[in-house]
Formats: sequence, C-alpha cells, structure tokens
Amino acid sequence: MNIATFSGPPSSGKTSVILKTIEALKQRGISVGVVKFDCLYTDDDILYEKAGVPVRKGLSGSLCPDHFFVSNIEEVVQWGKKLNLDFLITESAGLCNRCSPYIQDIKSICVIDNLSGINTPKKIGPMLKSADIVVITKGDIVSQAEREVFSSRVNSVNPKAVTIHINGLTGQGAYELSTLVYDENEEIDTVKGKKLKFPMPSALCSYCLGETRIGEDYQMGNVRKMKLGDEDDR
Amino acid sequence: MTDNKIISSISIKELQEKYPFIINYFSDNKLDIEGFEDETFKEYLDHFSEEDIEEWAIDTEKLMEGLLEYIEQMIEFLGIKEEKAVESLTILAGKDKSGCKERFEEITVNKGDIISIVGPTGSGKSRLLADIEWAAQNDTPTGRTILINDEIPDKKWRFSSNNKLVAQLSQNMNFVMDLTVSEFLELHAKSRMVENEDEVIKNIIEAANNLAGEKFNLDTPITSLSGGQSRALMIADTAILSSSPIVLIDEIENAGIDRKKALNLLVSSDKIVLMATHDPILALMADRRIVIKNGGIDKVIETNMEEKKILLELEEMDKTIQGMRNSLRNGEELNINIF
Repeated sequence: MNIATFSGPPSSGKTSVILKTIEALKQRGISVGVVKFDCLYTDDDILYEKAGVPVRKGLSGSLCPDHFFVSNIEEVVQWGKKLNLDFLITESAGLCNRCSPYIQDIKSICVIDNLSGINTPKKIGPMLKSADIVVITKGDIVSQAEREVFSSRVNSVNPKAVTIHINGLTGQGAYELSTLVYDENEEIDTVKGKKLKFPMPSALCSYCLGETRIGEDYQMGNVRKMKLGDEDDR
Repeated sequence: MTDNKIISSISIKELQEKYPFIINYFSDNKLDIEGFEDETFKEYLDHFSEEDIEEWAIDTEKLMEGLLEYIEQMIEFLGIKEEKAVESLTILAGKDKSGCKERFEEITVNKGDIISIVGPTGSGKSRLLADIEWAAQNDTPTGRTILINDEIPDKKWRFSSNNKLVAQLSQNMNFVMDLTVSEFLELHAKSRMVENEDEVIKNIIEAANNLAGEKFNLDTPITSLSGGQSRALMIADTAILSSSPIVLIDEIENAGIDRKKALNLLVSSDKIVLMATHDPILALMADRRIVIKNGGIDKVIETNMEEKKILLELEEMDKTIQGMRNSLRNGEELNINIF
C-alpha cells in the first residue's frame, strides 16, 4: 500500500484537490481510501462517501490535532491494509501554522491557496517547509502576477519541493499530481518505528490540564512570558 | 564550488557578494544574519540554541539543503534569459473521450500567433490547457504530446516553481493584495529579479493605460481599479513581466478595454497566445481556431477571407458601442445619426 499525508490551512482546498486526484487514480484502477483528521467538526467525510471513497474521520476534540494524528496513524494504516487499499491518503488541517504531521519516507503534500496572502509562506512552519510537494490552489481567481509572486515565495522557503498548481473546481493539474503521489513499486505495511519529519509543538502547563483561571498563581509547568519592554519597571 | 564549501567555509558576506539574491532566502526564512556576516552559514545556524530551534521550528538540515538548492535554481533561472527562447509550441494528436484518435496530426503554433479554442462547456478545454501546462508526453488521459521548439521539452517546465510554461488570464481574476499599483509592480519585478525595475514598471503602466478606457496612476490601490483598468494592468503585466512564454486567455470581457490592442501587446511581447472564447470578435481575430468535441480536437479551422470581412463589420459595430459608452460616461446625450 502507498501512503500520502495531505495537510494545509483550513479552506485551502485540500478535499477538492484530493477528490480530483482520486478521480484520476481510479481511472487507472487504483483503489484509494481517505482518513480525515480535524479538530471539532468536519463533514468532508460525506463528500468522500458521495464519491464512493472509503473514509473514516477522527476529531481530536480537546487534544492537539497533530498529537492526536500521530497517536492514531498506525491504526489508520492497519485499517487501510484491512480494506486492501492500494493507496491510503490522510488529510489534516494545519490549525496552528506550526503543525506538521509528516512522516519520514511517506509522501507529504501541503495544500495552500493564492488567496491566503503573499506573506503566508513565511508564516507557515514545517507543514510547508518540509513538504515534498506543494500544491497551490485558487490560481484562477487571482492575477498572474500574484500567482508568480506567491509561488516564488513558496520556493524560497522550500526550494526542494515540487510546486504544482491545481484548480480544485475543474481539476486542472490533479491528474498530474496523481502521477507524482502514487508509485506502484512502493509497499508500506506499517509506520511503526518510522519517525516524524519534525517534532510537534509541545506544551505542558496547567492550561493543558484544564485550568481556566487567569493569573500567575495558576500557571505551572512549561510557561513562558512575552517581552513587552517594561521588565525594568518591576 | 563544492556544496560543503558554500555552507561551511565561506562567510555570509562573501556569499552575499557572489549571490546577491540570497538575501531573499534569508528574509523569507526569517533568518536575521545581522552581526553574523563574517561567519559561515553553518556557523550562523550553529548559534541557535536547542531552545530556539524548538521554539521557532527551525530545521537546520533543511535550511542548509535549501540554501544550496535555492542558489542552484536562481543561477539557472537568471541564466534563462540567454537561453533559447520558446519559438514554437506543437501539439501531437492523442485520443478523445471515446478513445478515437483526434482528427489532426499535429498543430504548430509559433511565437506571435493567436489561436482560439472553441467548444461547449465540459468538452475538454481544461484538459487541453492542462496538457500544455504540464508539457504532456503521452502520459495524460488524452495521450497528447507537447513539443517546444520541435523538441521534447525540458523537465523544468513541469517542476520548477519559477519557470511555468503557461501564464493564465481568466475572467474571474482579481487583485487580492492591498498595495498600490507601483508597490504591486515592484513586488512582481523583484520576484522576477529584473534589473531595470523602474523602466519596466513605467512601460507596464504606459501599456496598461493605453489599453484601458480610463487612465490610472502609480499611487492607485490595485483593489480600487475598475474592472477594465484591472484587466488592462493584468494583461500589460503578463505581457511585459511574466516569465511564461505562453499565455492562455479565458475570455476577455468587452467592457473598458481595447481587446485588439491587448492581443497585439501580448503578441508583440513574443508570447504565444491561446484564447478560449465564444465571442465572435475575439475568435475571428485569431489566425486559426481549434474546435473541441468529446474531449478531443475535432477540427482546426483557418480563419477565411469571408470571416475576416465579417470581423471588420463586427469591429465597426464594436466601435459604435464603445463610442456610445464614452459619450454616456462624458454626460452626453446619444444621437440616432451615430448609425
């Protein structure tokens, strides 16, 4: 089985890109399943179901979505094996721009859209910088100039990635992506023992454990203070 | 120069002198090298503490690899100007949706040519455009092959983010940045690393104002340009500053812009122009038109003499309508004698 991890900011077009890519894969007789990770809500599973794609969803609820992802990924892989899939896709929203659910030796794709503003590539961390493929969407509604500036910014934060433009509505570019993400000679049975490409953000403080009160008296553990420039006044 | 040397035995200052463009790499990756100019890039990265690295999600390996890749790409990118330009685009026939061979052998479009593409929605225009964009090599669903200058194209057209084969101008495009016209053009010029920035910007403004009914200036925010002005600026910018040799147009609306001049501007900037349209004026302005049916190219029609005559008539009608538009704009009353 092949595995690919799709990630990207909310509403960047991940689901549309994946659906159009699956269409192209299906035509080549490749069976694909999707596991969608999100935080509080998603109805993308209905879209996949409608398209006849086996799907499971996982909501992280009160947990950090990326920690939730990595704690479940091996079970997800076994689900895909049980269904005899040729290709398992995981889709997760990058909710804090610092996230990166990518695993070493597993294809990682970041989906990001032209509308998000030209400084966005700077703001996104490992999710963009350590992706193997960067898909840029919504190119049909911004000017050619903005498209060129945007992709040059993406290139300077991740020069090694393949950048590809996809129109999620017409599917232009999705066939091309399908040839890059699936390799019939690749066979992955488990991700046990594999490593994340980059450590996930960590925090362990009283608020992680459900504290709601504000004030220094209630803060314990991994707490850091902003520098506001008035430290000398104290 | 060996890779290791760049990273670990040349000072950042020397690197900057040799490759001035790496300043963009530093700034886009939020690397503040001030005070480290005399150290090597590796020494600079080594100064980050364990805590910094975790805190700011710094991937030092990736940054080193990235810098080398970036320098390599930029050298190649800057070198392109001297390379052979794209003179022609050739499409070799593939299959339609039913698997029948397309009804042509090959179509060659030369620099300066205008080709229109017609066919109902869903007939396969997007797929044709995607085939060209991806420089298909009998490896897409249509089985078409694309040649550039009669040769199999370089892989860079597929994978490099700075060298895309095709620039697109479509009907629902908007400016989304909050910048003035001059800031916007400067940004684009910088990303393309043009040397004579001011001159290029001046040329674009002049060309755009020549296309638009209403003039605008450098301090106008791009988001407050009228529809016609926006289109004029996009077309002028694409003609003069875009890196892509092929321009794909998805209809140009009639309002507020001289479409004939727009096409002439693109063609005279050495672009190959492909235009999906059902507007008779635009379709007939092309030298040839490709008819798409059932996912395949069904016919290639040369615009004949009769059609050229029709075009002249249509242009007269268009002029009349444009004239009325201007009269209305200037507060005049319309007069039946105009016909």
